[in-house]
Amino acid sequence: MPGDGFIEIDGVSKFFGTFPAVRDVSLTMARGECFALLGASGCGKTTLLRMLAGFEEPTAGRIRIDGQDMTGVPPWERPVHMMFQSYALFPHMSVAKNVGYGLKHESMGRAERAARVAEMLDLVQMTGFEDRKPHQLSGGQRQRVALARALARQPKVLLLDEPLAALDKKLREATQFELMAIQARTKVNFVIVTHDQEEAMTLSDRLAVMHQGTVLQVGRAGDVYENPGSRYVAGFLGTVSQFAGRVGAVTDGMVALEVPDFAATVQVTSPLAPLLPGETLTLALRPEKVRLTRERPAGGNAVPGTVRDLAYFGKDSLYRITLPSGALISVHAVNASRGAQAPDWDDEVWVGFDAGAGILLRD
Amino acid sequence: MGSGIPGWFNRRGWRDLIIAVPYLWLVLLFLVPFLIVLAMSVATRTPTQPPFGYGGENPWINLEGYARLFTDTLYLRSFLISLVNAGVATILCLLIGYPMALGLTRVGPGWRGILLMLVILPFWTSFLLRVYAWMGLMGRNSWFNGLLTDLHNLLTPETWAITHVPMMHSNFAVVLVMVYTYLPFMILPLYANLERLDRTLDEAATDLGSRPFRVFLDVTLPQSVPGIIAGGLLVFIPAAGELVIPTLVGDARMPMIGRVISDEFSAARDWPMASSVAVVLLVLMVGPTLLFARYSGRAEGAEPMETPR
Repeated sequence: MPGDGFIEIDGVSKFFGTFPAVRDVSLTMARGECFALLGASGCGKTTLLRMLAGFEEPTAGRIRIDGQDMTGVPPWERPVHMMFQSYALFPHMSVAKNVGYGLKHESMGRAERAARVAEMLDLVQMTGFEDRKPHQLSGGQRQRVALARALARQPKVLLLDEPLAALDKKLREATQFELMAIQARTKVNFVIVTHDQEEAMTLSDRLAVMHQGTVLQVGRAGDVYENPGSRYVAGFLGTVSQFAGRVGAVTDGMVALEVPDFAATVQVTSPLAPLLPGETLTLALRPEKVRLTRERPAGGNAVPGTVRDLAYFGKDSLYRITLPSGALISVHAVNASRGAQAPDWDDEVWVGFDAGAGILLRD
Repeated sequence: MGSGIPGWFNRRGWRDLIIAVPYLWLVLLFLVPFLIVLAMSVATRTPTQPPFGYGGENPWINLEGYARLFTDTLYLRSFLISLVNAGVATILCLLIGYPMALGLTRVGPGWRGILLMLVILPFWTSFLLRVYAWMGLMGRNSWFNGLLTDLHNLLTPETWAITHVPMMHSNFAVVLVMVYTYLPFMILPLYANLERLDRTLDEAATDLGSRPFRVFLDVTLPQSVPGIIAGGLLVFIPAAGELVIPTLVGDARMPMIGRVISDEFSAARDWPMASSVAVVLLVLMVGPTLLFARYSGRAEGAEPMETPR
């Protein structure tokens, strides 16, 4: 039964032989939403993207776009266009021919087509490059042309396969903001596939973390980052140090967790319920949620340790602290003060964190 | 130190030597023989041994051979027959070979090896043997001819009945055997070209609204032009100068130019005339080759379209 989503992926599975590339994935995307499929290579995100484009047919389940069932609709009839990772520009055609290629199938006059090509090239700031061949363009310019080509037919959905992967760092940042601006202007649904968490978090309204063909978690980037539902998601989205702990007394939402690596019992809050005393859970601590001090902090939890590694980035530093058990914890420190003597290699330090800083994970 | 042959060798190493070998080969086995033929073509026919001479009562440069080439219709007609036969054979090779080459790129790696092997397999049998096999098939008393005759008689009215299909000793037979013989020379360069094409481009065109045949016309075909030209030249050039096939299965009244050269050399013992024909044939064949070199040079220039990873 059709729901209210613009893109509805309903119980979709895809098997290659007996290998399940995508397993029973259901996702709903709103009109005009920018959605990212995030996962390591082989997680099924690309297969899902190719099923949206029509290059693969789902083994089970169905995909609806704007209320229309896409089952059996060939790729050339779908209102979905793709920006390929390699850009896939036609090497024997000029920039203008590339951008205008899809328009051949629209019933529009030559002048109208030329106007649309000009409009698209203007959108991606490539006016003046009409007669160049793809091999005469830089990587960033090729990407703009690929984007213009994919948007020229005014698709309902634009699929972007690793849109920033081939660009260098400086260009990535500029392109990132530009993509967001273009999305806001065209209001086309973006579906982005990426293995890069930063790319996913900055470009998308919501994202889905995929692993072994299934969707582990869906949500706004901030929600998924701050409240990961599993150890895999916590580790995949950002850096995290994870420690096993045994649940002790539970009082008023405050859990006493006995952590062998800390050789201590720490107080943490948790939305997980019900918590069984004696249960083993994982405490996940993000580097920026813990503090590094020379003296034992007055309030909150504190664990002693020794500086094992230190990476200085200028504006901030990343420490790796050896705990009494030998386990490591990552700590992020902002270098806010110029005069302060920051902890150095082999210094004895305290790692402190509040009750609400850590995340308790069951699986 | 730096003098004599060891010094030169130390300075330049193997590089010049390695580059020199193919050039030496070309000079010795192509340029020198060609110059000999060119020289022979302007000689005068004499009843001596070898049957041509210069000077004495003969002019040093005798262009009679070239003059006859353009006045005697035998030669013009032979050139025309050769070009038409070779042209038809090339087009047929392209029409048959292109789908085969494209098919080779679309099958799994296991099948691909087997099918490529099948394309090359005929080379393992003697060329002459294969032509004789075709002669046997086309001959009026063969089972194959009988089969075609029966089919014809079965499907057409009785008044059209024939006793055999006249296949042998015709341009049809020449083209048929040439297509059979030269087909691999069309398939292999085409395959090499098509195999290199980026299949993502096909998907991009499909994604932008093109049906598969449209994708072929817009994306695959234009990118395979260098392969078509390479295969076309590899078929057309040897086919135009073909001697054995027209001699064995062709119509003696419609000689191809290779036959004319051969006859002038051996039967007529007119070496200057034969050389003139050979020189003109070469010049005719160099034209399209240069055209290809220019085109592939342009295509190479457009090639560096590295895929970012």
